[in-house]
Amino acid sequence: MPKLRVRQAVMTAIADEMRADPSVVVFGEDVGAAGGVFKATEGLFEEFGPLRVRDTPISEMGFMGAAVGASAMGLRPVVEIMFMEFLGVALDQLVTEAAKFRYLSRGQVTCPLVVRTTVGSGLGFGSQHSQTLENWVSATPGLKVVTISDAQTAYGLMRSAIRDPDPVIVLEPRVLYADREEVVTGEEGVIPIGKARVVGQGAGATVVTMGSMVSRTLQAAEAEGLDVEVIDLATLVPWDRTTVIESARRTGRIVTVEEAPMSGGWGSEIIAAVISEVFGSITAPPLRITCPDVPVPYGKHLEERFAPNPQEIGLQLNEYMSTGAIPAPWWVREGLSA
Amino acid sequence: MTTMSALDRRRALRSGLLEQYRRMVEIRLMEEKVNELFASGSIHGTTHLCQGQEALAVGIATVLEPDDVVTATYRSHGISLALGLTPTGVLGEIMGRTAGVSDGVGGSMHMCDMSVGLLPTFAIVGAGLPVTAGAALAFQTLGQPRVSVAVFGDGATNIGAFHEALNLAAVWNLPAIFIVDNNMYGEYSRIDTTTPFEDLHKRGESYAMPSIAIDAMDVDVVQEHLQTAVDRARAGGGPTFIEAKTYRFAGHSRADTAPYRPNGELDSWLDRDPIRVTERKLLETVDQAELTAIRDQETEALRVLVSELEDAPQAAPDQMFKHVWA
Repeated sequence: MPKLRVRQAVMTAIADEMRADPSVVVFGEDVGAAGGVFKATEGLFEEFGPLRVRDTPISEMGFMGAAVGASAMGLRPVVEIMFMEFLGVALDQLVTEAAKFRYLSRGQVTCPLVVRTTVGSGLGFGSQHSQTLENWVSATPGLKVVTISDAQTAYGLMRSAIRDPDPVIVLEPRVLYADREEVVTGEEGVIPIGKARVVGQGAGATVVTMGSMVSRTLQAAEAEGLDVEVIDLATLVPWDRTTVIESARRTGRIVTVEEAPMSGGWGSEIIAAVISEVFGSITAPPLRITCPDVPVPYGKHLEERFAPNPQEIGLQLNEYMSTGAIPAPWWVREGLSA
Repeated sequence: MTTMSALDRRRALRSGLLEQYRRMVEIRLMEEKVNELFASGSIHGTTHLCQGQEALAVGIATVLEPDDVVTATYRSHGISLALGLTPTGVLGEIMGRTAGVSDGVGGSMHMCDMSVGLLPTFAIVGAGLPVTAGAALAFQTLGQPRVSVAVFGDGATNIGAFHEALNLAAVWNLPAIFIVDNNMYGEYSRIDTTTPFEDLHKRGESYAMPSIAIDAMDVDVVQEHLQTAVDRARAGGGPTFIEAKTYRFAGHSRADTAPYRPNGELDSWLDRDPIRVTERKLLETVDQAELTAIRDQETEALRVLVSELEDAPQAAPDQMFKHVWA
């Protein structure tokens, strides 16, 4: 089993799909000869050449739309949007065009395209290059959304995303890119879209998380010795209702850990759906552990507090498990905000 | 209802000017009927009509091959019929009937038929242009001799997607053709209040691609210049920009009677009505009775179609759940 960094797992998955399917192409800003600013496409240009690995101008609306047209005409483009924020200028093509083609054409045209983009805080990129923003794309029927949480999910979900007949957005927390682990490659390493992963066993609460928060939640649960079931949602749309709801029915408690502001976050949707389904089995109010409702700050000590870290997750989970009441987040405890 | 397939209707245009004239008349009568049905409450939502722009639509449809692809806009009843979509499919869609080309879930602004190369039409100004570049990119990458055509209004030349798409097409030398249907109005605003010049082919020039302005009230002129562009694209010569000078005889959309037009402007363009321009040419070889007969046949076919569609089933609720995957 190769030991791969997360960014190498991304590249390996794309390369494996490109070898298997000549219609798979890659484009984005500096994804070719430069190998991507995060080196997640390194080596592809050398192996597959400029026709299949294409550098674009700084023109997200243009090349996102080009991906829509190319996918409708028989290619499988894997497009890199360098930072999720840059999708803002291209959102029309994804939300209003790609997500509607199959529907409006009554199945005559589909858009088998993948949008890879990097998300999240932790590297000091400041307010305009550090958001997760999954709620930009999670409330539009017609788009699938997955988030990788380690090298294995990077490999396995990427291959599924490229094979999918419809648009898939792959969110890559860039803080994870350098993490390295052994990865199962080939068919055995493929992870289906729509299936959550139970990554920590326990009976006292169901803790649903995603992306960069998965390892932090596991660290917290271990450090505090908590009896919780940790679920890596992996696919946000369509999320694995069966795994999450059945777990919550067993444990009687539902918690979400998100790297996103509390208001309007994906955790609210999960919790609403779970509580509606298993209300009679629930023994405590649902808990959301999130970022505060502020833009991502720059200073190192600020950024370290902004997103839930293992200490904060552990503190809140511990109090919740022992009292059954909702703990105050750090910004309330310290009287900084409501 | 119509029995000819979209592909057969498309091929029929190649038989010559008389058939092209028939299609232009079909489009004109359909648009007038849609306006009437809207006023009487048989159509809901909104409509964007294209009277005056028929020659452009029919000229494009005659020159392109059915496996070339077209992106068009919310003003696409005309280009849809021209490309071959049946009157039943188009009017059925506008009337929200199951018989519509998109099962009644699309509506006036969303036509599609891949058998004749029409991608789902775009109701967002400018959105089709990057998609056109992308389709052309696919043809180039796959080594297919197909061309990708965007038809859009003058208003779209002020939106970012226009500029990004032209830039991509030029820098990648794509087999794409950009046709701006310059009818001089973006919604309710005349071009001189929104754009620093009216000769929009200059915008194509600034992306270093062959750019030309043509009289798009004449279907022969449209075909001649488009053919040059198509030949260039198929031969690997890259994109072309065509400014098609037309005029929108109706307002922007159903609620608009276009009171903002300068006095006399409409009248001067009505003299160049593409249907009358074509009639004048045809009368050199056929007699008026033949043209009258075509108009009568089309009028009657439309009358029958409307009465059939009025009794046809409305789109069923199950249609809204079809073709949804996430």
